[in-house]
Amino acid sequence: MFSRDRWQEIFETIRKNKLRTVLSGFTLALGIFIFIVLFGFGNGLKNSFKQFFLDDATNTLFVYPGRTSKPYRGFKANRRIEFENSLDVIQQKNFKFFVEDITPRINRSARVRYKGESDNYSSRAVAPAHQFIEKTIIMKGRFINEDDVANKTKNVVIGRLVANDLFKNEDPIGKYLEMGTSAFKVVGVFQDQSGDREERLIYLPYTTRQLLEKNNDKVNSIIVSFRPELGYATALVFEKQLRLFLKNKKDIDPRDNNGIRIRNVADQIRQNQQFASVLQIIVAFVGIGTLIAGIIGISNIMVFVVKERTKELGIRKALGATPKSVIAMVLQESIFITAVSGIIGMMAGIALLSNMGDRLEQFFIIDPYVDNLTAFIATILLIIFGAIAGYIPAKRAAGIKPIVALRDE
Amino acid sequence: MIHISNLHKSYKMGDTSLHVLKGIDLQVQEGELVAIMGSSGSGKSTLLNILGMLDLADEGEYRLDDVLIKDLTETTAANYRNQFLGFVFQSFNLINYKNALENVALPLYYQGLGRKIRQQKAIEYLDKVGLKEWATHLPSELSGGEKQRVAIARALASEPKVLLADEPTGALDSKTSNEVMGLIQQINNEGKTILVVTHELDIAHMCKRIITLKDGVIVEDQKVEQVIAEVHV
Repeated sequence: MFSRDRWQEIFETIRKNKLRTVLSGFTLALGIFIFIVLFGFGNGLKNSFKQFFLDDATNTLFVYPGRTSKPYRGFKANRRIEFENSLDVIQQKNFKFFVEDITPRINRSARVRYKGESDNYSSRAVAPAHQFIEKTIIMKGRFINEDDVANKTKNVVIGRLVANDLFKNEDPIGKYLEMGTSAFKVVGVFQDQSGDREERLIYLPYTTRQLLEKNNDKVNSIIVSFRPELGYATALVFEKQLRLFLKNKKDIDPRDNNGIRIRNVADQIRQNQQFASVLQIIVAFVGIGTLIAGIIGISNIMVFVVKERTKELGIRKALGATPKSVIAMVLQESIFITAVSGIIGMMAGIALLSNMGDRLEQFFIIDPYVDNLTAFIATILLIIFGAIAGYIPAKRAAGIKPIVALRDE
Repeated sequence: MIHISNLHKSYKMGDTSLHVLKGIDLQVQEGELVAIMGSSGSGKSTLLNILGMLDLADEGEYRLDDVLIKDLTETTAANYRNQFLGFVFQSFNLINYKNALENVALPLYYQGLGRKIRQQKAIEYLDKVGLKEWATHLPSELSGGEKQRVAIARALASEPKVLLADEPTGALDSKTSNEVMGLIQQINNEGKTILVVTHELDIAHMCKRIITLKDGVIVEDQKVEQVIAEVHV
């Protein structure tokens, strides 16, 4: 099968039938190229989808106090529930198995001034762990730390756009701004990929906020992140246990759905992921369609090539070529051409994708890519089908009596 | 060399069957130069195709060099063709993308000879037909007579026992026909057994024996005084 003579014969045939070679090679290279580019664009679409929806930590529970709707343990219905610092969860005394980070959050809004500039901004009073849960990126300085919380310092971390608005070209670190009626020292500037709204926020220690508000111990909400390796099912168990614990602690009827509200990001993520898999299916569909088109193309070319060679094959048979050697020659030639051009098409596609980067961001295609295995399998598939497509007519041609083939003008 | 007895062949044409060869008996000794004559439809090409193992007989016995040719698979037929037979066709049947040398070397490739020997032998046989200088030319760059000489060189290169020529001069003018027949006579004088199918009487008379076919049977089989081609020019 792999004798040197056969290869020489094949290379000679290829060299002397350039049009035929280029035609079949080009079809296959184009097929695999289009497949890879389309598949890569599909993946790019998925990437931008991920960026839109999946930038916050996905392993997060938002816990809000609500109003009871049922009387329980001697309390009337419609009672307002409040969370305070001493809650076991906030102090990280229980659920240690599940919890990764935890932070209380108090939302306020106030007029903020620096020199001549002023505007209304929302502030979030939080614990240091908030940085990891929101995936806040520090550009300058630092985030709120444990010292700030313990000492109730008047330090703030401001968003990139707050810094732009108020400080213009000045470096805000170490400067004092006025928020509400108090002065705060800026210790850090952050950015956030979720968008402009997030970057117009101001973070301060939650204890400081409580101190300013008559030294109370109330918090608006609790944000808990669970260990991501737990998976979705365990996260649901955790959510349920946490809900039960809080209801018991706050004397809420276990059947009352309004006392405690928990928003599980994992739930939303799951929906988003379903959408992502629909995208994936569309991408796969497009890919398979392209592949089939490529296979049909290469099959046509192969049938044509063998048809064109019928007479030549007849001559070869009259000169003593066995049917087997005729088939082997046609097949080996077609596999060689499809393999070389398939790999060229694959390389070209991958090269194009890797140079694309963010250039098509306006079309929601970010970082298009194809994993090597997919590209490889697709190429192999086309080569195999090219071989099959060549084999069938080659076998027929080899079976024709040479006298019939010779008459074929 | 060739022994044929009671050879029958018919072709199916839809519902009807066309009986082309109706019991042919033929003996050809080594070194003979035989012309097979007959009008079109007489079955002469069919006979040659069966002799050339390009086609199979329905009935009868065919021995080539004491080998019984029967129930051939495609593969053994191919091997026999390669070992025993050389073909010359009316339409030359050279492979158009191969040059003269490569065309001549092709049957040697199927004999499994090494590249160097193939080249050497091909040159040798091209020289024999007087076309050594044209070795690197493609068939499209050769005249009809030259093409047929390349085809003869190709048929000879595999050193066959029998050379079968199907209307070798059919596509040539009379001058080149004579050249080609001269070459065939020369090869025959060197001892090669040759069968030539033709419908031209003057070509047939350049052979040593004429067999005339009519409606699938041999109607005449005579030895003739050979006309030497060169003097004819």
